[in-house]
Amino acid sequence: MICDEVQTKLEAYVDSELTGREQTEFEAHLQGCGSCATDALGLMKMKHITRAAAVSRYAPSPEFRRQMERSIRVDKRAAWTGAWLPRMLMAAAAVVLLVASVTFWEKHNDRERAFAELTDMHVTTLASANPVDVISTDRHTVKPWFAGRIPFSFNLPELQNSEFTLAGGRVAYFHHSPGAQLLFNLRKHELSVFIFQEQEEELPLAAGEVTSTKLAFHMESWSEGGLRYFVVGDAPAADVHALGELMKKAARS
Amino acid sequence: MADTNSDSGSFEELATPLIGRLYNFAHWLTQDASEAEDLVQETFMKGLKGFASFRQGTNFRAWMYKILRNTFLTTRSGLRAATVSLDDEVAGVAEPVASGTPESILMAGVDYERIQSALEGLSVPFREVILLCDVEEMSYQEIAETLAIPVGTVMSRLSRARRAMRELLGDRVKGASR
Repeated sequence: MICDEVQTKLEAYVDSELTGREQTEFEAHLQGCGSCATDALGLMKMKHITRAAAVSRYAPSPEFRRQMERSIRVDKRAAWTGAWLPRMLMAAAAVVLLVASVTFWEKHNDRERAFAELTDMHVTTLASANPVDVISTDRHTVKPWFAGRIPFSFNLPELQNSEFTLAGGRVAYFHHSPGAQLLFNLRKHELSVFIFQEQEEELPLAAGEVTSTKLAFHMESWSEGGLRYFVVGDAPAADVHALGELMKKAARS
Repeated sequence: MADTNSDSGSFEELATPLIGRLYNFAHWLTQDASEAEDLVQETFMKGLKGFASFRQGTNFRAWMYKILRNTFLTTRSGLRAATVSLDDEVAGVAEPVASGTPESILMAGVDYERIQSALEGLSVPFREVILLCDVEEMSYQEIAETLAIPVGTVMSRLSRARRAMRELLGDRVKGASR
């Protein structure tokens, strides 16, 4: 290196910006050149004294520093909230979903148990030597028979233009509540229609229409006029539904 | 010096050690305590707000100084400073140091007050580049990032700023010796 080149790199040298090789060459020149070495030393001292004079010239007041630190801590909380809030919400959503699932499962289970109970009742009735207490195909005979035996009244459908025939009826108990069980025949199938008073507290079957199929038995259930209806039988689902529709029509007439 | 500074961590972890340094830099730029506080406060606010956009692993210090400096340029004193002409700025050319001057100044017994007074006498573009290089000990690359100028311009501006400072010191030394 010659002096001119060294002079243009003096500042880069004192600012530690030279590459390893450049620095070696630079320092080699300084060792043999008193003039350049003096300039380099002068610049270094200048840099050093500037830093010393300016680095702590102004200091923030303790209050201001605390204020800044507090503002950063606020951010930390915000960041925590920012980072954890979605996770917490997700966790909360998961809990809600779990509770809903359990509730649904329990309700579903309750409903299944109710259907099973009514299906059992239907099968037991069919197996009985005297399946019905009032044997009549005439709705005008069956309906009055229930008067005084159950705490409500209901309408029976007109079956003349349908494939269904009424076999009779009996009093049934479901969840300690008396109701009507009506037996219908459809071809070689037998179907029961259960009618109970709506007791949401006790019956696990909330308002609304539900259908269920289990072991070749089909069931349909709905609420109307404060009464809960169940149609159960081994007939095809469409027939169970058709009987349900007849019952609904009668209830509205 | 290679730019090897890379940072990662929370804003609090990275910014807390910079409070004093940023304030000092802000005060040097504004030459006013209350303006410096406002500037630092706004810098932190912007830093907090934009921290998500800060690329973890890159230079946090340069990022914060850049915010502070850009914020300063929007203030009244910053706008005044921005009007200072920097013509004849030739990128990449460091000017030869005037032989003997720094040494003779130091030999003449320059104290901190004279250095401080000379720094204050510099235009803001010169003052800030000296502060970033000599006081904050940033590499040319970091200074280039902070000031959003090429490294070559950093070198030439630094060279001119130092010469201006030597001239101011020389005047003061001469003035003091008269």
